[in-house]
Amino acid sequence: MNDADPHSAAQPVLDGWFTLDRERPQLLGNRCDACGTVYFPKLKSGYCRNPDCNGEAFTETPLSRTGTLWSYTNAAYQPPEPFAQVDKDAFKPFAIAAVELEAEKMIVLGPVVAGIGVEQLQAGMTMELKLEALADGKLTWKWKPQA
Amino acid sequence: MSKDIAILGVGMHPWGKWGRNFVEYGVVAARAALADAGVNWRDVQFVSGAATIRNGYPGQVAGATFAQALGWQGAQVNTSYAACASGSQALAAARSKILAGECEVALVIGSDTTPKGFLKPQPGDRPDDPDWVRFRIGITNPTYFALYARRRMAMYGDTLADFAAVKVKNAAHGFTNPNARYRKQFTADDVAASPMVADPLRLMDICATSDGAAALIVSSIDYAKRIGKGDAPRVAAISTVTPTFASALVEMPDIATDSAIAVPAQSFRAALPKKAYEEAGIGPEDISVAEVYDLSTALELDWIEDLQLCARGDAAKLVRDGATKIGGRIPVNPSGGLACFGEAVPAQALAQVCELTWQLRGQAGERQVANAKVGITANQGLFGHGSSVIVKR
Repeated sequence: MNDADPHSAAQPVLDGWFTLDRERPQLLGNRCDACGTVYFPKLKSGYCRNPDCNGEAFTETPLSRTGTLWSYTNAAYQPPEPFAQVDKDAFKPFAIAAVELEAEKMIVLGPVVAGIGVEQLQAGMTMELKLEALADGKLTWKWKPQA
Repeated sequence: MSKDIAILGVGMHPWGKWGRNFVEYGVVAARAALADAGVNWRDVQFVSGAATIRNGYPGQVAGATFAQALGWQGAQVNTSYAACASGSQALAAARSKILAGECEVALVIGSDTTPKGFLKPQPGDRPDDPDWVRFRIGITNPTYFALYARRRMAMYGDTLADFAAVKVKNAAHGFTNPNARYRKQFTADDVAASPMVADPLRLMDICATSDGAAALIVSSIDYAKRIGKGDAPRVAAISTVTPTFASALVEMPDIATDSAIAVPAQSFRAALPKKAYEEAGIGPEDISVAEVYDLSTALELDWIEDLQLCARGDAAKLVRDGATKIGGRIPVNPSGGLACFGEAVPAQALAQVCELTWQLRGQAGERQVANAKVGITANQGLFGHGSSVIVKR
């Protein structure tokens, strides 16, 4: 790593939503100490949403880095703000994945890394979490087919 | 004791992009419903308005706003907000009043003026607002519809041709509907030629937003009999249940489902008609016609299965076989659905009931479903709101 590394100074698009580990980033949720339900984004109300649980204590937990591609699509047009805007002509469609995490028993959405279009995706593929910059340089989590 | 109420009259203002104040449309729809019912405005004892947050201050006092526009005459008033299910909640409020004996006849009304262009979030940084977060990383409304559509392709082998067939069918249904905004018999080629928005969905697979208004005059069964309308179609069930934790699908505007570690995942869409069937004491085999919320072509197929009109995964086959066309075994969206109307949020659930009422009376003209006896609606909107209404004759 050196000072020219574009990631070294990059800020996350959302504070505390994921680790900034370059190679093995993880989404950060929290887990109800009483029933084990995991929340992403983190539950902040202080009271478990499971109707059968009275849990009021939660522990931060990193989510599984890999999961199964549940479904996918793309953004053929540039999404409106607050999505960081580029010139209309410079916009490149990007894929979006819904990934099922086995341990957490939940599905998490996210953009797919640049260069991977819908034609390269298939439901059931193993996807892993990566970090990539948005047009304003802020880092977000993205999904990538596992090599 | 019967929990039915009578639908004495229905009325709509045509859907479109008229750019006028929503109150104008509502007055047109209300007056049409009053005339259809043969009820004098002075005799309406309860005004139940469906609201949208989009119209700001007047929208949030929808019931009173319409009552004033029609001429304040001292009726009791109510306003309901439940996103796409606002109309059904307003109807439920009227039913409760009537069954409690607090009024005999009520006006239920919803109307909307939609902004130009695509819907987008309010400006500002709001990391605790899921609607802001998802747009921040590039997830728009069509993303969700497309994820559900692609899932159908992976699970059941649905094709783009199946989705286009839903649009073609609905376009044929709405072609002669005077209240529909889009009245053109689109072909599968038209759908295929429209731009890709969110793969696999093209522009013509996704519904627009519209201006429009719908109104109902409802009453106790005794009142209906007294004015010689004892055989009017009846509301037999109104389901407005919430989802049950844990959510099985990523719902707009969320970024993730609930975790199903502690309790099993549950389908919200399927829960809505289930409660309606239980309340009406009937089953899917009794349904002659359905009006469902086709925010996308593929979503109509999901609804057909959620209504249990066929087994899970078989809806595309139903469409291929022509079963969901007028004249088929179980016609779906004879009005033309959202494909022909576009969505006018607080009016849409009531528009569905208007269509069922015309169908059950045999007054639907060229889009009439033969011998329609029992109809069901289904819709779902933001923030855990949804509804399913059963109308029978």
